[in-house]
Amino acid sequence: MGNLRSVQKAFEKVGCDAIISSDIDTIKSASKIVLPGVGSFADGMKHLKILGLIDVLNDEVIKNKKPFLGICLGMQLISKKSYENGETAGLGWIDAEVVKFDFTNLDKKLKVPHVGWNDIHFKNENVLFNNIKDEKDFYFVHSYYFKTKEDIVSSTTEYGLDFISSINKNNIYAFQFHPEKSQALGLKILENFVNLKSDN
Amino acid sequence: MLKHRIIPCVLLKDWQLVKSINFDSFRTIGHPTSTARIYNARNVDELIVLDIDASLNGEEINTEIITDIADECFMPLTIGGGINTIDDIYKVLNAGADKIAINSKALQDLDFIREASSIFGSQCIICSIDVKSIDSEYKVFTKSKGVLDIDPLELALKYQKSGAGEILLTSVDNEGSTNGYDIELIKKFKDKLEIPIILNGGMGKPEHALEAIKNGADAIAAAYIFHFSQYTPNDIKQILFDNSFNVRIL
Repeated sequence: MGNLRSVQKAFEKVGCDAIISSDIDTIKSASKIVLPGVGSFADGMKHLKILGLIDVLNDEVIKNKKPFLGICLGMQLISKKSYENGETAGLGWIDAEVVKFDFTNLDKKLKVPHVGWNDIHFKNENVLFNNIKDEKDFYFVHSYYFKTKEDIVSSTTEYGLDFISSINKNNIYAFQFHPEKSQALGLKILENFVNLKSDN
Repeated sequence: MLKHRIIPCVLLKDWQLVKSINFDSFRTIGHPTSTARIYNARNVDELIVLDIDASLNGEEINTEIITDIADECFMPLTIGGGINTIDDIYKVLNAGADKIAINSKALQDLDFIREASSIFGSQCIICSIDVKSIDSEYKVFTKSKGVLDIDPLELALKYQKSGAGEILLTSVDNEGSTNGYDIELIKKFKDKLEIPIILNGGMGKPEHALEAIKNGADAIAAAYIFHFSQYTPNDIKQILFDNSFNVRIL
């Protein structure tokens, strides 16, 4: 799933040892779980299945309430389903769907993927945004976005429409943008995640 | 609002970062890790590194040095040069790259772009097109085969259809000239593609970036200006900002 190393070194930069693993016992013993991801939804789910990680993720995140950070595709994968190249079921932790940007009805056609730096507008409180000001730029690279009616939206971003750029529900934190690629402010988010108490 | 990106685009040769002029006569910029560190400290929007030892001399992709560069980059990093297999892409991504630029392999094999974008997602795949103007017509150029009878816009459309996420469009004539971007070239591409175009080649002063973006470039890449002039990426953003274009200003 691509950018694992980028995420790992960003955690190293904020003073945290992150282990890249697909080993069930290692994931069980972790205090926090990060699901990064670049790539297609179906491929991501397929790999989670092949590696036998779906049960352990459900156990650790949903049952044991370990702090979970989803990044980009890792955010999308916690939805119920995605419409990327057909329909694929996700982990289903959030009552959400993942749909493609569709600008066919707009006067000015915007480009897809949405690539680059865009600002986020804070909604509900998200402690991972502590010490970050509203309206700052973060790095996005995606063609699909996350739609939910649940009241868990912590920021939106404007790209043809206001889409959800981050959510927080209990121990689950997820970002459509890439904190690990968003320089100082992105590293702040990761640092805030590292500093979360693991027993909440 | 989405911001226009200002992207340093440098070449990797003999374990050094270099800058070329018209794809020739290389000039050393510096050591890869220290250069990457400076770019990171200057908060550049993104960084593109093209490994020309791998692309021209067929050497193995230098994942060791890519790892060193990536370790300094907390901004997006694109790596290109010598990408010929899906396994190459895995290697480069595992070394810490975020996106891959593909040039010759894409020209030879559109299916490779289809396969790569279906595995890694379109956002990961940049197709790079080098262009030369021949009798005032634009043609695709490759260092190994010279000028090809291929229209760059048609090629870009094919890449888009095959799943490319961005086009890196380089004018070989303007590259290293410091006389500005090829504005006629970007005008031809304006509003023709649904994917972003990074225009490369020729920036000598911040006004050149303004001209490129006014005429349809989504992002601009450059090297000379950052190393051999007094201008920083922020100087370029300032002029864009003053002209009401969206850029990331810290």
